[in-house]
Amino acid sequence: MGRKIEKLLIEFARIHRFMMSFLREAVSPPYEFKEIIRQCYEIGWKSFPLISLTGFIVGFVFTKQSRPSLEEFGATSWLPALISIAIVRALAPLVTALIASGKVGSQIGAELSSMNVTEQIDAMEVSGTNPTKFLISTRIIATTTMIPVLCFYVAGIGLLGGYLSISAKDDISILAFFTQVFEAIAAKDIFAMVIRAVVFGFTIGFASTYVGYYSSKGTEGVGKAANAAVVSSMFLVFIEELLIVQLLSLIG
Amino acid sequence: MEKKIVNINQDDVVIRVDNVSKSFGDLHVLRDVDLQLFNGENLVVLGRSGTGKSVLIKLISGLLKPDKGNIHVLGEVVNQLDERELRNLRQRIGFSFQNSALYDSMTVRENLEFPLVRNKRNLTRTEINKEVEEVLEGVGLSQAINQMPSELSGGQRKRIGIARTLILRPDIMLYDEPTAGLDPLTCLDINSLINQVQEQYQTSSIIITHDLSCAKMVGDRMVMLLDGKFERQGTFEEIFDTDDERVKPFYDYNFID
Repeated sequence: MGRKIEKLLIEFARIHRFMMSFLREAVSPPYEFKEIIRQCYEIGWKSFPLISLTGFIVGFVFTKQSRPSLEEFGATSWLPALISIAIVRALAPLVTALIASGKVGSQIGAELSSMNVTEQIDAMEVSGTNPTKFLISTRIIATTTMIPVLCFYVAGIGLLGGYLSISAKDDISILAFFTQVFEAIAAKDIFAMVIRAVVFGFTIGFASTYVGYYSSKGTEGVGKAANAAVVSSMFLVFIEELLIVQLLSLIG
Repeated sequence: MEKKIVNINQDDVVIRVDNVSKSFGDLHVLRDVDLQLFNGENLVVLGRSGTGKSVLIKLISGLLKPDKGNIHVLGEVVNQLDERELRNLRQRIGFSFQNSALYDSMTVRENLEFPLVRNKRNLTRTEINKEVEEVLEGVGLSQAINQMPSELSGGQRKRIGIARTLILRPDIMLYDEPTAGLDPLTCLDINSLINQVQEQYQTSSIIITHDLSCAKMVGDRMVMLLDGKFERQGTFEEIFDTDDERVKPFYDYNFID
């Protein structure tokens, strides 16, 4: 038991050191702009096809599932308002984060872990290059900036899916649909979405780089790191969602 | 092929390992080890797999910290330096990894440019290109400049790995099993390259190996790690002129069997 607690405390100390190291390197020059842009491309642009499909399906299915409940009260005209609030406030950031945890998290975890196994990270260190600046900071900055961008996109494509679901049964123009959507959404909903997306993006980047960077050696370590990156990112995203919901409801 | 005799200044010590111990859990890898590397010499560290040879050069380069003792490199105590000081010192130490450790997402050119542009930020594009081409020519692989590491053979990867360390013009080279996994002819090429680097760049080197042909061809002096300690040192002949049962099979396997 004592040994387990000791191990846990050592792990916390290592996470703290990793965080401090990231913060120091992220703000201090020289900056790795080229690598940040490359990572944004890898994380953001290459996720568009998967994110598009998922966002569309979520919007379409959520709208379809919500219809019967509103139909009972003859309130199907409220569907655009309902789905817009649900998608913007909760679904878009959560779906984006979960998809990114799977796609981006595993990619970062496996990549850093295999660099660790093949001593590429050691090679960077011994050549006087700071691997935290080049490998860690760039990836965390890229996830923290690209997840919000993807989140806005998912919200848009999800609403489009919602519109197609509604228009299959009701006669509603896209203009009328989006007018109702924007009437229902307040600035605080957008704010809540951005806060969530930034927090989730940072979490996915941080958790994935951490498990990849400190993975055990050997090919088994690569698989474990990819797996741990996804599991820890998803787990933390759900915990954070719970905390953010509480916090935002307190703020009002 | 015998090693050419080079002038070694024994008053000028570039690496001094003082009473260093290193353990991993209950496994004591190095026990109170002492070692000196003189300016301009090629020192070969021999020993069986798992005896701590690679650990030794990782301690010297600051990748690992000793449990006990001090490591002096070019006048600095490596295990007492902070991150920034260590990074500055590392620019003067080249490390050739056993598996080359080339960045597999980058071309050969990008691999070579990587340490250069990050350590010498005032270089112009023309100067960077010149340095890259020069060092690639030095290892005889000018034609590989735009290839990916996955397109290279084991020997070529080793050469590029060495070229990447040479681009910073280090004072010290650390080679970790430079001939491991290579065919005999490629081993000869790599051994010649190690000697060429010593002459051309005036480096002092530690070569970790269990390949006695390599040791004989590149080493000015040799030490042998036995049970976590350097128990034998001298020339190749001095090391193996013994009835020690821990040493003899090593020679027999390489040259008799």
